[in-house]
Amino acid sequence: MKSSSYKKFSLKIRKSILKIANSSQCSHIGSNLSIVDLLSVLYLKFLKTKKNSFILSKGHACLALYCVLKEMGFITEKILNSFGKNDSILMSHASHKVPGIELSTGSLGHGLPVATGVALADKINKIKGKTFIILSDGELDEGSNWESLLFCSHHKLNNLVIIIDYNKIQSIDTVKKTLNLEPLTKKFQSFGCKVLNIDGHNFNKIFKALNSNSSKPLVIVAHTVKGKGVSFMENTVLWHYKSLNSEDYQKAMKIIR
Amino acid sequence: MRKIFINQLVKAATKNKKIVLIVGDLGYGIVEPFKKNFPDRFFNAGVAEQSMAGLAAGLALKGFHVFIYSIANFPTFRCAEQIRNDIDYHNLPVTIVSVGSGLGYGNLGYSHHAIQDYALLRSFPNMIIASPSNNQEIEGTMNYLLKNPQPSYLRLDKSLELDCNKKIASINPGKWIFYKNKKNKNLIISTGSVFTNCEKLSVKNNDYDWATLPMWGMKFKNQQIKNLKKYKKVMTVENHLQDGGFGSWLSESLTQKQNKIQTKIVSKFLDKKVIGKVGSENYLNSRYGLK
Repeated sequence: MKSSSYKKFSLKIRKSILKIANSSQCSHIGSNLSIVDLLSVLYLKFLKTKKNSFILSKGHACLALYCVLKEMGFITEKILNSFGKNDSILMSHASHKVPGIELSTGSLGHGLPVATGVALADKINKIKGKTFIILSDGELDEGSNWESLLFCSHHKLNNLVIIIDYNKIQSIDTVKKTLNLEPLTKKFQSFGCKVLNIDGHNFNKIFKALNSNSSKPLVIVAHTVKGKGVSFMENTVLWHYKSLNSEDYQKAMKIIR
Repeated sequence: MRKIFINQLVKAATKNKKIVLIVGDLGYGIVEPFKKNFPDRFFNAGVAEQSMAGLAAGLALKGFHVFIYSIANFPTFRCAEQIRNDIDYHNLPVTIVSVGSGLGYGNLGYSHHAIQDYALLRSFPNMIIASPSNNQEIEGTMNYLLKNPQPSYLRLDKSLELDCNKKIASINPGKWIFYKNKKNKNLIISTGSVFTNCEKLSVKNNDYDWATLPMWGMKFKNQQIKNLKKYKKVMTVENHLQDGGFGSWLSESLTQKQNKIQTKIVSKFLDKKVIGKVGSENYLNSRYGLK
C-alpha cells in the first residue's frame, strides 16, 4: 500500500477526532492524534485477519480507535457521534462493549499482562497470529508492565508486538522531567526483547517494523509527536486536557495535515 | 482441601483441554500433579500477581478456564484492580484460588492473614465467592465451578481435612446446606472454614438449626430473604472482620424489606484487635471472636 493511501486515511481519522472532540468537549486530544498513523497501518494491513489481535492499553486514546472502527465498518457514524454522551456505549476510555474491541482499558498498566495472555493462548492453541498492543510512554511507570515483560521474554512470546507511543509527554509534564525512561531501548533489551526504534509517523517504517519477525518479543519504540497534525497542539501538555472550543476547532480544521 | 482441589482439577483437565493453571510461585507439594500431567497448560507467573491476573484474563479472553493459585492476600488485594477491571468487568472464566483463609497462617503475621478478602471480592458484581468448610463442600464447589466457568474466588483453608459425614448432592451459589434441620426458629449460618466452631455452637445451642452457605456473592444476596424470614434469630459465623464480611452481606439482604421482617441477625466474626497479633489459628480464633 502506498504512503499516500495511509496518509489519506490518517487525515480522515484526524478530522473525525477533531469533530467528535469538539462536539463532546472531551480531553486527551493530543494523545489521540499521536497514535493515528500507527492505527492506520495496523488496521489497513494487519488487523483485517481474525488471526491477529489488538489491545489499546492507553485507553484514553480511544477516540482515535473509535474513529478507525467506524471507517472499518465496526460501528456506525450515529454511534460514533454519541461519543461520551448520556448512555452511549462509547465511553471516553476503550470499552469492550464496542464491536471490534476486546479489552476495556483506562487504568494504565493493564493491557500488557492481558496481551501476554492472549499471545500465550495463541501459542497453546498453535494459532499463527500476532498480538499487537499500543502502550503510552507514561504508562511504562506502572510496574505491571515490567512484570509482564519478564514473563513474555522468559516464554519467548515472539508473537507479541509491543508498540510504545513515545511522544515524550505524559500527564502533567514531560517524561524526562517526571520519571526519565532513558535509556529505554537498553531497558527493553535487558528484559530480553528485540527493540526497533522508528519514526511513528512514517508509514513505510511503521509497516516494516510491524511486519518484521523476531525470535523474541518485539518492542517497537515509535517516536511520535503528541498532538500530531495540528501545529498549535503539537508537543504541548495543554492538549492532554483542554477541550476543543468552536474557535480552536475551526482553526484546527484549517491547518490540519 | 488443597489436595482435593488439585485432584479434581487434574481430573477435569484430562477431559477439558481448556483448563489452565497459573501459580504465583507458590503451591510446592500441591500443584505438581497438574504440572506433570499438563506441562503445556501449567505456568509459574513468578512473584508477580498483577501479571498473573492479567495473564489469566488474556487466556480467558481466548476461551480458557484459568485457575490462578497463590496464598493469603496475594492473588486478591495485590492485584485487586486486575480482578475488578480485567476479570470481573469482562465476566471472564477465571477462578482465583487463595490458600490460607482467615488466620490459617496465624503465626506468619498480618501480611498473611486473609481476613478482609470477602470485603474486596463481594464488591465485584459478577464474582462468585466459594468458601467451602469441609471436604464435601470443596468437592461440591469445585464441581460447580468446573461446570460453570465464570469469575470466581475459591477460598481454601491451609490444612483442613475435615469429613462432614454427609452426602451433599450438589452445591449451588446462594443455596444453603443444612447440617442440623429440626425446624427450630433460630439458625446458625456460616461460610468458610469455621465448621468445627459451628458444630460446637450447634451442640451448645439446642434451639438453633445449622446451615452453611458455601457459595455466595452480590448476585445471590437478594434471594437470601426467602430463607432468612423463616427464622427469629440468625447467628452468622465467619473467620473474617465484620466490615464487608459475610454477616454484613446477609444483613444487607434484609434491608430491602426491613419493616416487614422480624428476623434479627447477630454475628460472630474476628475482632479487629487480631490485627498485628500472631499465634496458632485456633488460639487467635478463640481469643478474637470465634470462641
